Amino acid sequence: MASETITSREYITHHLTNLTYGRHADGTWGFAHSGEEATQMGFWALNVDTFGVSLALGVLFMFVFHRVAKRVTTGVPGGMQNFVEMIVDFVDDNVKGMFHHKSKVIAPMALTIFVWVLLMNIMDLVPIDFLPKLGELFGLHFLKVVPSTDVNITMGLALSVFCVVVFFSIKQKGLGGFAAELAFHPFGKFGLPINLFLEIVNLLAKPISLGLRLFGNLYAGEMIFILIALLPFWIQWALSVPWAIFHILIIVLQAFIFMVLTIVYMAMAFDDH
Amino acid sequence: MNINATILGQVISFAIFVWFCMKYVWPALIGAMEERKNTIADGLEAADRAVRDLELAQNKALDQLKEAKQEAAAIIDEAKKRANSIIDESKDKAREEGDRLIVSAKAEIEQESNKAREELRTKVAALAVAGAEKILERSISEEDNRDIVDDLAAQL
Repeated sequence: MASETITSREYITHHLTNLTYGRHADGTWGFAHSGEEATQMGFWALNVDTFGVSLALGVLFMFVFHRVAKRVTTGVPGGMQNFVEMIVDFVDDNVKGMFHHKSKVIAPMALTIFVWVLLMNIMDLVPIDFLPKLGELFGLHFLKVVPSTDVNITMGLALSVFCVVVFFSIKQKGLGGFAAELAFHPFGKFGLPINLFLEIVNLLAKPISLGLRLFGNLYAGEMIFILIALLPFWIQWALSVPWAIFHILIIVLQAFIFMVLTIVYMAMAFDDH
Repeated sequence: MNINATILGQVISFAIFVWFCMKYVWPALIGAMEERKNTIADGLEAADRAVRDLELAQNKALDQLKEAKQEAAAIIDEAKKRANSIIDESKDKAREEGDRLIVSAKAEIEQESNKAREELRTKVAALAVAGAEKILERSISEEDNRDIVDDLAAQL
């Protein structure tokens, strides 16, 4: 919705700014009033909007799944149970197909990632100005509603996965084994410095690519929606509808990719070379 | 686009969600699904077994039917044979009976004729005596000639 009073640039910036809570330059705590102010707050600030939405979606996911799990029946499942079982079965198939070790963590983790990321991505399909306008009524200047367009959220997930992977690598192969894997690959013990450099880059590339892939895809998708919203209102549907339909594919695909890569990294942590 | 504490919040909430999912969601759901899978597999197996059993039972029934038919045929054969033999036997018996009847009838006839001859002989004797009496009315007494008359009658 491009109103006459604000320019396109302002509109886009407005949509790309988080509602950040942190410490102002003058020492008081509160919401940042602009992107620059948010940057000045440094690390100890919180993106209330994306984090709140992500938390709410996570709680919703856990609530629904837990409700179904509590009332689960081994007989003929009802509609909701059927739906939940379909997702669980899908995740379970993927885990079993790629991960051939015993682990109690990986399947629930894959399920959490898939559903949670999917829910966060789906927020992208909510009409772009709907929730921000609603937020404005309650005095919120900025409201980014798609958690996965916030690099903090996606990198948070990716780092968590990375930590779990490293943890299981060390647990499975021992600290020495893990270090050996970094040091003696791919060129044997005489190429140790090169090995170390290559393997560490390889290792660090995993969480970064994992987090940034999701972020990039969703950020770009959101950006297109914002640009479409700059058009006159009577023509917007002609672009936003096809894009939304196409975006459904990206939303599911990105959630799926995130899950699959998590499983693959976990499998690599467990596999012996 | 700033990296800030949100990332930590996300890491913590992720850890909590994964823990919750691991504890309360995944095992219950996967357990129920596994159990249902087993139930269905058992059901299918039972159905297979039932089909096999049915086939077996049908074959058995067919065999028994065949056996029963053969037995019935054998019994009928036997019965026919028995009937024939009974008929032959009774024919023989009837013939024997007939022969026996004929023999006895002949014997009776013989006896009757003997008897009649005997009677006739006595009657002829009496008649001869009566005739001779009439001829010899006065001169000859019956007592004096009795032995001659008897002798005559015996020669008849």
